[in-house]
Amino acid sequence: MSTESIAWPSASAESRSFVDTLHEWVTTVDHKRLGILYIIYALVFLLIGGIEAAIIRIQLIRPHNNFVSPQVFNRLFTMHGTTMIFFVVMPVLFGFANYLIPLMIGARDMAFPRLNAFSFWMTAFGGLLLYFSLVGANGLYGAGNAPDVGWFAYAPLTSRTFSVGHSTDFWTLALLVSGFGSIGTAINIVATILCMRCQGMTLAKMPLFAWLNLVMAGLVILAVSPLTAAQIMLLVDRYLGGHFFDTQAGGSAVFWMHFFWIFGHPEVYVLVLPAFAFASEIIPVFSRKPIFGYPVMVGATVAIGFISMSVWAHHMFTVGMGANVNTFFVISTMAIAVPTGIKIFNWLATIWGGKIEFKTPMLFCIAFLFQFLIAGLTGVMMSAAPFDWQLGSSYFVVAHFHYVIVGGILFTLFGAFYYWFPKMSGRMYSETLGKLHFWLFLIGFHLTFDFMHIPGLLGMPRRIYTYEPGRGWDTWNFIVTIGVFFQAAAIVVFLGNLIWSYFRGKAAGNDPWDAWTLEWSTNSPPPAYNFYTIPSVQSRRPLWDLKHPDDPDWKYE
Amino acid sequence: MSTTSFPLAPTELEWKLPPRGRIAMFALIAAEAAIFTIFVVAYLFYIGKSLSGPMPSEVLSPPFLYTVCLLSSSLTIHFAARSLRVGNVRSFGAWWLSTISLGAIFLYGTASEWHRLIYKDGLTITTNLFGTTYYSLVGLHGFHVVVGLLAMTTVMVFTIVGAMKQEHAERIDVLSLYWHFVDGVWIVVFTIVYVIGR
Repeated sequence: MSTESIAWPSASAESRSFVDTLHEWVTTVDHKRLGILYIIYALVFLLIGGIEAAIIRIQLIRPHNNFVSPQVFNRLFTMHGTTMIFFVVMPVLFGFANYLIPLMIGARDMAFPRLNAFSFWMTAFGGLLLYFSLVGANGLYGAGNAPDVGWFAYAPLTSRTFSVGHSTDFWTLALLVSGFGSIGTAINIVATILCMRCQGMTLAKMPLFAWLNLVMAGLVILAVSPLTAAQIMLLVDRYLGGHFFDTQAGGSAVFWMHFFWIFGHPEVYVLVLPAFAFASEIIPVFSRKPIFGYPVMVGATVAIGFISMSVWAHHMFTVGMGANVNTFFVISTMAIAVPTGIKIFNWLATIWGGKIEFKTPMLFCIAFLFQFLIAGLTGVMMSAAPFDWQLGSSYFVVAHFHYVIVGGILFTLFGAFYYWFPKMSGRMYSETLGKLHFWLFLIGFHLTFDFMHIPGLLGMPRRIYTYEPGRGWDTWNFIVTIGVFFQAAAIVVFLGNLIWSYFRGKAAGNDPWDAWTLEWSTNSPPPAYNFYTIPSVQSRRPLWDLKHPDDPDWKYE
Repeated sequence: MSTTSFPLAPTELEWKLPPRGRIAMFALIAAEAAIFTIFVVAYLFYIGKSLSGPMPSEVLSPPFLYTVCLLSSSLTIHFAARSLRVGNVRSFGAWWLSTISLGAIFLYGTASEWHRLIYKDGLTITTNLFGTTYYSLVGLHGFHVVVGLLAMTTVMVFTIVGAMKQEHAERIDVLSLYWHFVDGVWIVVFTIVYVIGR
């Protein structure tokens, strides 16, 4: 006893420091650490969700394949969709928002640091809950483990009759819990942007990144809440014997569809607005020009925010809602292409005549411009209800929304990783590996998702676990699956680059890109308090003013 | 021309931003309003769609007295917040306690109504669509009343031990915003459950 107490301080100095570090990270309320926690958490789930996608594609590489059973296939596409939307893209975007917004607006932290930590741990807990279904949901029923109802979980599939066991309960609780986290973070982002800006940073002088995330947070508040309400109803149905979605007692299954898509479509814009935010910061810096049409960009963002709340039922044309309802949603869906198109033109105009530097972040953003355009065009195609009747629930739809989420969001996200990696780690990434990642991923992406449109047009439905040979789908499915291996290789290069550069990369300095927003004025990585003195700004590009005192921006704005 | 050194010297212009507590509460209220909207829409949609009784017209009667209690608590919390703003902690405590009492009376009203419905009329959440939507919507509102009462009771404890100061007025204002919202939601719930739905 006594020797132990004497030996304690020296013998375990090293392990104590590890425990201390762990303790620091677990109890942190610093927005930068929480941001990094969000990002690492999302990367882990990206690997899991990616492996699920790879298994799905291996199963579909040839007709009558037996790589996984139909039951497992159902669980795989449910888990893949749920994981990617709720536990990869949303957390990673919240991570970047958390890390960057206070730095960009010249604040020392978010408005509510403890709420911030609470929200992160709720989201983290939600993801664990979803995957705990693998061991927890089997229960006494022997009814299969992971959720298998699809990521939008249409009624009556989720009722006790068709979904015995606890898998659906894990799904709904995971979304409910992470939804509370998302709403908490959204409230925090709104309060931070509106109440914590440094002196001189009026709303019209905020970086576009802040504007886009402000609208994103507003959408989270208005869109994730209905999902929360719908999940509560589903829990009432499943646990308390309610009848919300129970058609035998007069309830309505279509009601669930409405409630889900009232969340589901704004959610697309929740995911894509931060992607626009990355593009709006990266493209000007690597074109050496200020963003073209700042006020129009803000206006278009706000317009997207409003219109996106009134387009949800275009996911439901095949349900048969009647001509008037269909017409309304056709028109509103087509209308949202207008502000989005304005944004594309503004980014092009920013690049136009610029002194373009083809660094890795810029490459990803240029690919984003082309791919997001195509994704938008297939979106406009399907916004026409008769066209949608033909292609609803086909691989064309799958190809379309993967074009948005991978071709649009994931590409800018990779750009953001490379662009802000020097700030977050203090090290430069390897440009060679970055370019290798870009080209591998570009090839893989186009092999997979370009050719996925074609079996869809040829009538291949989504969510089938196998198909008959000789329908003209075989070759296309083969090519689609080959693309997956390129993407997987690219992800390996990407993660390798991050890890290698973190330990071995060259020191980056405060401002490796000669950029203009406030985060580049402080150290890399920034100190806990962000800024030695709270900055004060006069224009949208405070660092330009600093570097060019003879020709500052504020003279022209 | 001023040379633009960084960080710039603070200009004479006053720099004032909205208080973060208030903004966050408005954002929370927006989120809550969205949740309630879904439940309200469900209630309205399912009016008259129950396949079996009891029906709302048979078992519901408008709780006028309890409604008056809840709505007048909005008034008392307003006076409480005003008292604290001018530093009158004693008067604040009195108004605050009456707010809690009025909220508790309302909650008792809901409880006794539920007791009657369950034990006398045999209406539970599983009985029919009316039961499902009624208990969900009124229960969701009741849950918000409970949360408000817990928060206000915490404040009351601080007041009794003498920790409440004028400088906390801003926070009390934020809390009272939430309470006003809960009261406002009740007007909607009352209208659709006891007026339209009957």
